[in-house]
Amino acid sequence: MKEYRTITKIAGPLVFVEKTEPVGYNELVNIALYDGTVKRGQVLDTSDDLVVVQVFETTAGIGRDSGVRFLGETIKMPVGKEMLGRILSGGGKPIDGGPDIVPEKRLDITGAAINPYARASPEEFIQTGISTIDGTNTLVRGQKLPIFSGAGLPHNNIALQIARQSKVLGSQEEFAVVFAAMGITKEEANHFMDDFERTGALERAVVFLNLADDPAVERIITPRLALTTAEYLAFELGMHVLVILTDMTNYCEALRQIGAAREEVPGRRGYPGYMYTDLAGIYERAGIIKGKKGSITQFPILTMPGDDITHPIPDLTGYITEGQIVVSRELHRKGIYPPVNVLPSLSRLMNLGIGEKHTREDHKKVSDQLYAAYAEGNDLRGLVAIVGKDALSERDRMFLEFADLFEDQFVRQGYEEDRSITDTLDIGWKLLSSLPVEQLVRIDRELIQKYHPQFRGAAKAAE
Amino acid sequence: MKENQKQGDKGVLKRIAGPVVAAVGVNAHMYDVVKVGHEELMGEVIKIQGEEIIIQVYEDTSGIRPGEPVENTGLSLAVELGPGLLTSIYDGIQRPLAVLVDKMGDFIERGVSAPGLDHAKKWNFEPLVREGDAVKPGSIIGQVQETNIVHRVLVPPNAEPATVRSIKSGSFTVDDVVCTLDNGTELTMMHKWPVRVPRPVTEKMNPDIPLITGQRILDGLFPIAKGGTAAIPGPFGSGKTVTQQQLAKWSDAEIVVYIGCGERGNEMTEVLTEFPELEDPKTGKPLMERTVLIANTSNMPVAAREASVYTGITIAEYFRDMGYDVSLMADSTSRWAEAMREISSRLEEMPGEEGYPAYLAARLSEFYERAGLVETLNGSSGSVSVIGAVSPPGGDFSEPVTQNTLRIVKVFWALDAKLSQRRHFPAINWLNSYSLYLESLNDWYDREVSPEWNVLRSWAMEVLQKEAELQEIVQLVGSDALPEAEQLTIEVARMIREIFLQQNAYDAVDTFCDMSKQYDMMKTIKAFSDLAYTAQAAGVTPQQILSTKAKNDLPQIKFIKDYKPELDRIMGEMEKEFNALRSSV
Repeated sequence: MKEYRTITKIAGPLVFVEKTEPVGYNELVNIALYDGTVKRGQVLDTSDDLVVVQVFETTAGIGRDSGVRFLGETIKMPVGKEMLGRILSGGGKPIDGGPDIVPEKRLDITGAAINPYARASPEEFIQTGISTIDGTNTLVRGQKLPIFSGAGLPHNNIALQIARQSKVLGSQEEFAVVFAAMGITKEEANHFMDDFERTGALERAVVFLNLADDPAVERIITPRLALTTAEYLAFELGMHVLVILTDMTNYCEALRQIGAAREEVPGRRGYPGYMYTDLAGIYERAGIIKGKKGSITQFPILTMPGDDITHPIPDLTGYITEGQIVVSRELHRKGIYPPVNVLPSLSRLMNLGIGEKHTREDHKKVSDQLYAAYAEGNDLRGLVAIVGKDALSERDRMFLEFADLFEDQFVRQGYEEDRSITDTLDIGWKLLSSLPVEQLVRIDRELIQKYHPQFRGAAKAAE
Repeated sequence: MKENQKQGDKGVLKRIAGPVVAAVGVNAHMYDVVKVGHEELMGEVIKIQGEEIIIQVYEDTSGIRPGEPVENTGLSLAVELGPGLLTSIYDGIQRPLAVLVDKMGDFIERGVSAPGLDHAKKWNFEPLVREGDAVKPGSIIGQVQETNIVHRVLVPPNAEPATVRSIKSGSFTVDDVVCTLDNGTELTMMHKWPVRVPRPVTEKMNPDIPLITGQRILDGLFPIAKGGTAAIPGPFGSGKTVTQQQLAKWSDAEIVVYIGCGERGNEMTEVLTEFPELEDPKTGKPLMERTVLIANTSNMPVAAREASVYTGITIAEYFRDMGYDVSLMADSTSRWAEAMREISSRLEEMPGEEGYPAYLAARLSEFYERAGLVETLNGSSGSVSVIGAVSPPGGDFSEPVTQNTLRIVKVFWALDAKLSQRRHFPAINWLNSYSLYLESLNDWYDREVSPEWNVLRSWAMEVLQKEAELQEIVQLVGSDALPEAEQLTIEVARMIREIFLQQNAYDAVDTFCDMSKQYDMMKTIKAFSDLAYTAQAAGVTPQQILSTKAKNDLPQIKFIKDYKPELDRIMGEMEKEFNALRSSV
């Protein structure tokens, strides 16, 4: 393989190489430094006279005397069953002191799009034990459901609780967790690792760590390595894989950094115009394939800059993912855990995974009614601040109280508390029974007769 | 068609940077389809500068090197039009996804071509013209029972008028000649049409029949006409896709073309699994039998996403030319615009607003202008209604795609995140939305629903408008401080919202509501309102009126299929209650 010493320009993470033989787009590149260390990169732009290489680590130490080798293939990830229980760097190298991974296969990390025709429709209800998710924003297997959070909010604990408690009722299938950290602090990483170790989840996990002080550009490949691993575990070994990606905001920052270095025309707030397509290339790698046993369920976590849900990162994410779980600073300040604000939260695949076949026949309508009542009560809080409680009508006062009860009993639960779906729905009914029956316009009468505590009591008494 | 001189011309690749590549030495016209590299990836010429041509490639370009060959096919990007389109699901460049699964497995690899139609399948062709008949472009020469839909076989719009020399009857593939004209033209059941060229029509007419969708807020308050254009902008999670899917399911078009443009894979799968199971309320046949799906999900190549919208509308126009009413849903046109932006920025074009190319507005208007109620070349009437979803960043309607779309379309269904948060679905804001077809459709509603309907609609809009004003006062002083009559207005508005406007797409009955039920529901709310105001004028207090019981049963009407007896009962009770109230004063 030919080594070139024709670097003409180095700018940020980009290296420009001249006078090469034809080099393939997206090809892997090794750059050898004077001291013998080798840095990896990827071809971003190739033409007869100039090749632009994006280096995954820092460009520190690279000079015009460095040697460049083009490896003639795109980036591949060695994968194998042995990866379970291992901790790898953000670039995919083992960092737990263990041996190198013996690959059973080497897979392209970009990953091809799943043919929509080959997908199976996700519909298996995953019980996370958290009421605000199971009851009102139900997760199903094969879904991608991000957590939209803010700096200083307990999104990590929520993700851990989900990872720990998630189960499909009545099934004992093989599962695995793939955890990819991008630019999080060592402390946060430890928090995850300790919890994985404490609960024994580590044995079933593959961990990729790109920490805050690791090269930012490496973050571009970390989620792709993780998802390539996940696809192998799910679609070749038949496991049900839960992928946690944290923090996608750092990923997007790295994307912007490269765009700026390439002097591209920026889109909104300086993020590249292709960020939607790029993020889709990550988030869409979730789902179920017809005739294959495994599945990939994704939990990306992102911190919204300035808690702003219209910021390009949460905005583009929300347009790709199947809903979002929004963590609220206001609820957190009130001391409520998990501080999930159900109003802007959403699970698009909820209707596929609930109802008689999956959870319970009243699920959809109870959820709608809880939403409607809580939204109404929440609106009235603004009004009370201006006119005082006394100016409210009787009806309004009931809804106002409902909102408080909802936050206190439905939203609030313990970090270790694992509620069954029946418990969650029953809490919902208990709260709804604080409202007059005729206000429950979203629920049909038969369901009210069957599940409303008032009638249930009556039915029992009659027996 | 004239032979393109540039066919078969070969050159070499010079530069590769993502989906846009440059080549030299190829003689090409704009929008010629070329084969790129050793793997013969499909691409389209989008720029010519001197010796160099710039190509957008419909597949992933990883590993492609400078120096690899490029070959011009000399053809424009075209779709195959003929029997076999219905029930198909295509990617953005009309490759059938089912065939791709057979050819390359569960993931979309590259370098595989697949024709849009099944060329081996035989169809039963029944001629409708005889030897010696004169035919012209667009004439129907025969028909094929494709699904429950009759597929009419047309003389291609770019053929010359002629006389039929011979015509066959029987079972043929789409490649077999079924008809020969005296000028030597041989016709098959299929022809190709370039996607970027609108199919010609005799005349465009003004639409005057509504596209009935079974969605109360749409049919009742903001109707779209058959052949009209509508936009549904809204932030994520406000229900664009559900609304689009409801329209695809229930709108009374004869053919539905659904374009999933840069959207979610799992959502397309939902459509794929659901449509074959759902029944068309008119025919009782599976909805899939009248549907063509185009799915280019967000992670499929961006250039093919750009093409998907044109592929879809060309197929829609083709069915229109047979004399059908077609409705086309594009979800989402913002992703299409972003694909344009991405390609434009790779061409290093001077950007317009927010990085979108300066020709964004032109492309959008060209696209929507392909909708319409028309007199086809063969004199029949057909229509294409276009309903485009728009995904404005941050839900901000002032961004370029929303603004440029609103300048063209006649109907605006404004989705509102606030409404969806309180699970008011469909989350269409009744104050911001509008339909410019109202006037031209008035006659139809008078005739087909009731002469009263237009009055009822105006009344409902007025109450909702009034409520919005009153809410501002309530925000300041509380609802008890309102005058008695206005407290009633608030209650009536609440009933219109909760009973009429809210509709449950997931309830077996409520998902589709025909015009006569809509009329009955609105009439009953109006009746309550009339009773309430009369009673209030007679001295009954608003509290007494609000505590009447019969009206509380009204929301249940939505979920009952044979609702009439129940509605009559409620009406009767309501009158009784109000009689009692009035006599107690």
